[in-house]
Amino acid sequence: MIDGVGNYVAGTLVVIGALFALTASIGLLRLPDIYTRMHAASKAGTVGSCLMLIGLAVHIGESATALRALAGVLFLLLTAPISAHLLAKAAYSAGYRMWGGSVSDDLGATVHSAKKNDPLVTDR
Amino acid sequence: MIPYRNELILALIWVAISGSYSIPNLVFGFAIGWIVLFLVRDQRLATRTVIRPWALLLLIGLFIKELLLSALRVARLVLSPRMDIKPGIFAYPLKVDRDFEITLLANLITLTPGTLSVDVSDDRRTLFVHGMDCSDPEQARRDISQGFERRILEAFR
Repeated sequence: MIDGVGNYVAGTLVVIGALFALTASIGLLRLPDIYTRMHAASKAGTVGSCLMLIGLAVHIGESATALRALAGVLFLLLTAPISAHLLAKAAYSAGYRMWGGSVSDDLGATVHSAKKNDPLVTDR
Repeated sequence: MIPYRNELILALIWVAISGSYSIPNLVFGFAIGWIVLFLVRDQRLATRTVIRPWALLLLIGLFIKELLLSALRVARLVLSPRMDIKPGIFAYPLKVDRDFEITLLANLITLTPGTLSVDVSDDRRTLFVHGMDCSDPEQARRDISQGFERRILEAFR
């Protein structure tokens, strides 16, 4: 009985997680520029992967493996926003324009002075 | 203060995750923990930080709620036939000033609805945030300062 419930919970989590991963990839295809695409990849992608890992932890039901899956969740939550942040920052420094429909760009005014001290941007 | 407290915590986590509860494995975990902490010795916080457990729990709770909302919002947006978005980058004046607080706030902002941290100004006073809906930057700034930033200040001050 308990086994059955665990299977249903795990299955539901994996399916919902997969749906989020699907919407993340649809977002990558449909959104207009790299910045809006990072929104889809960083949020829906992270939640999707985390839900599937939690589903795995529930399904396995063995503490060592479950803890490893949960550690995976923790590291995803720690690292996904950093990579999204760096990709967006690198894209901006490299000069990728925002989509034409964008309404404001407060960074544009300051980015020139910021470039001087940025170790990621070297003068070529 | 227990000596080697952090190394011990890491060793226990190692034992739990590797799933082999034996003394040699604990010693092995301790050794790895010591090496890891030795490698990052320069980057660790110089000053002691107060952590308020209850406020930290509230922060984590708020984060999980916002993360799920944010994934749902992205899902609804990309599945709607006409994507009606007004994206843009707005500047956010930071109240938090320590490195780890800025990092934490930037990460939380990235994982929550409609916002993505892009850059921090050199003087660490301004965070540049890309918003999926930037039609009302004032409202977005207010949301951050009364949501995550307030909770971070409560948890670590």
